[in-house]
Amino acid sequence: MRRLVTDTLVIAERNLIRLPRAPELLLAFTVQPIMFVLLFRYVFGGAIRTPGIPYVEFLIPGIIVQTIAFGGFVTAIGLNDDVHKGLIDRFRSLPMARPAVLAGRTSADIITNALAMAILIVTGVIIGFSFRAPFLHVIAGILLLLLFGYAFSWVFAFVGLVASTPESANSIGFIAIFPLTFISSAFVLPATMPAPLHWFADVNPFSKVINATRALWLGLPAGNNIWLAVAWSLAIIAAFAPLAVARYRRQAGT
Amino acid sequence: MRDDEAAITVRGVEKSFGDVRALAGVDLDVAPGIVLGLLGPNGAGKTTFVRILATLLRADAGSARVLGFDVVHEAGEVRKRIGLAGQYAAVDENLTGLENLVMVGRLYGSSRRAATARGRQLLAHFALEDAAKRVVKTYSGGMRRRLDLAAALVAEPPVLFLDEPTTGLDPRSRIGMWRVIEQLVAGGTTVLLTTQYLEEADRLADTIAVIDHGQLIAQGTSDELKDQIGGERLEVRLEDRAQCQTAMRALTPMSDEAPAIEGHVVTINVRQRGGTIVEAVRRLSDAGVDVEDLALRRPTLDDVFLTLTGHAAEESESAAEEEEAFA
Repeated sequence: MRRLVTDTLVIAERNLIRLPRAPELLLAFTVQPIMFVLLFRYVFGGAIRTPGIPYVEFLIPGIIVQTIAFGGFVTAIGLNDDVHKGLIDRFRSLPMARPAVLAGRTSADIITNALAMAILIVTGVIIGFSFRAPFLHVIAGILLLLLFGYAFSWVFAFVGLVASTPESANSIGFIAIFPLTFISSAFVLPATMPAPLHWFADVNPFSKVINATRALWLGLPAGNNIWLAVAWSLAIIAAFAPLAVARYRRQAGT
Repeated sequence: MRDDEAAITVRGVEKSFGDVRALAGVDLDVAPGIVLGLLGPNGAGKTTFVRILATLLRADAGSARVLGFDVVHEAGEVRKRIGLAGQYAAVDENLTGLENLVMVGRLYGSSRRAATARGRQLLAHFALEDAAKRVVKTYSGGMRRRLDLAAALVAEPPVLFLDEPTTGLDPRSRIGMWRVIEQLVAGGTTVLLTTQYLEEADRLADTIAVIDHGQLIAQGTSDELKDQIGGERLEVRLEDRAQCQTAMRALTPMSDEAPAIEGHVVTINVRQRGGTIVEAVRRLSDAGVDVEDLALRRPTLDDVFLTLTGHAAEESESAAEEEEAFA
């Protein structure tokens, strides 16, 4: 167990050291989400009705979840790259804890997600977002988003190990994430969608997390959203962490 | 090691990828402290073999032990004792040379301080000191391979697997890599080296095992393999073609076979290397034959390979691609 912790930290450190040295990855976490915020706030936002809440306040939790979800691509592509460059072979030939390569990667993702979230909150505040809830609720919302981001890292870790190339990791991820983020409560009220999409948006775990965050940050009624968001996150981890580790153990990339 | 058995023992190892039979029952023993060169064309099964020994891949049948530990059931023990370096140069491009080695050292369980000290030592040894703080992306191919080899040596493993360590390197880097490997071997490490280059096996390996289509087809020292297909060839170029018969008669006692004549050149297979040229010169001069040129040619490993497999060593690209797709 001690080995698992130290090995995980070594791998997490590796992933964090290399981040600023791969500027294209850093852009995915910084400039890109800011562009999305500005796009929705100023281009689409004027046409979207969110009764009772200013659109910028509605938008920020949605954009953060979208950013975290798309940021997972970096995990998938990075791991797939490690497979192809033989680094996974090197790790697998070392006497290290088996889950550490993946656990280290997903732990590092918590830091990058926190960074992306900070950038988005600051951007949001500049263009008119503000928290309308007690400090502890704000913190709870941040932790919930990090938990959900951590869960999604495991999904992408699995995708990265299974995909045959970084490009296919990218497209598998995109095809899965695109409908989940857009057919949700991230940018518009699901009630405005046609019935099947409305239904999907309501059951979509992304909506649960976004609604829960809005409730926590804006002082809105939470309903079951918080518990459902936590349950979904834990269920995703419980399903994908063992799948990814099993895949890694067996033989990555074959 | 548990007792004084071989460093590597392989029995009946088989592995298939779909319809492709990568290994068709391989038996092999590697004595401690030697360099075994596993020589074969692309797609012969070399990489698959190394991956099984390095605990990365499971054989379909058969068993393999490294220093007495089973590569499947005691994989953890095996991993503590092996180093793996290969054609992919598995280092992180976005880390510096030193950061790569420190990471590997810590994953072997060393403290950061100990791993840093060991990393610096290795970088100095592999002439990478000046590049220690540079990101690996900026390294040349040869530098990457050296760093990859350094990473394999972090824990001073008694057994080292080198999978085509010089494939894709330019000739100068290749010779540099050979020197590094030679030094290593002098330190007593057991090395299993795969290569498709006959020259490399000839230069580095104590024992050569020839693999083709997933089977070992010959094993021995470079000299033993060359002897298998006949000894030395003496080639004598005469000044005057008319003296051919005289030269033949003069040289016949040196060989079990009749000499061959082609134009001005008389060729005979001789029994031994030592003293052959002196004896040939004396016999020819006694017989009054004027010699323009005279050379003793050994069969090369190329000749060996061609004789054993029926094809040259560096071919079968399509088979290689198949292996790559699966391995």
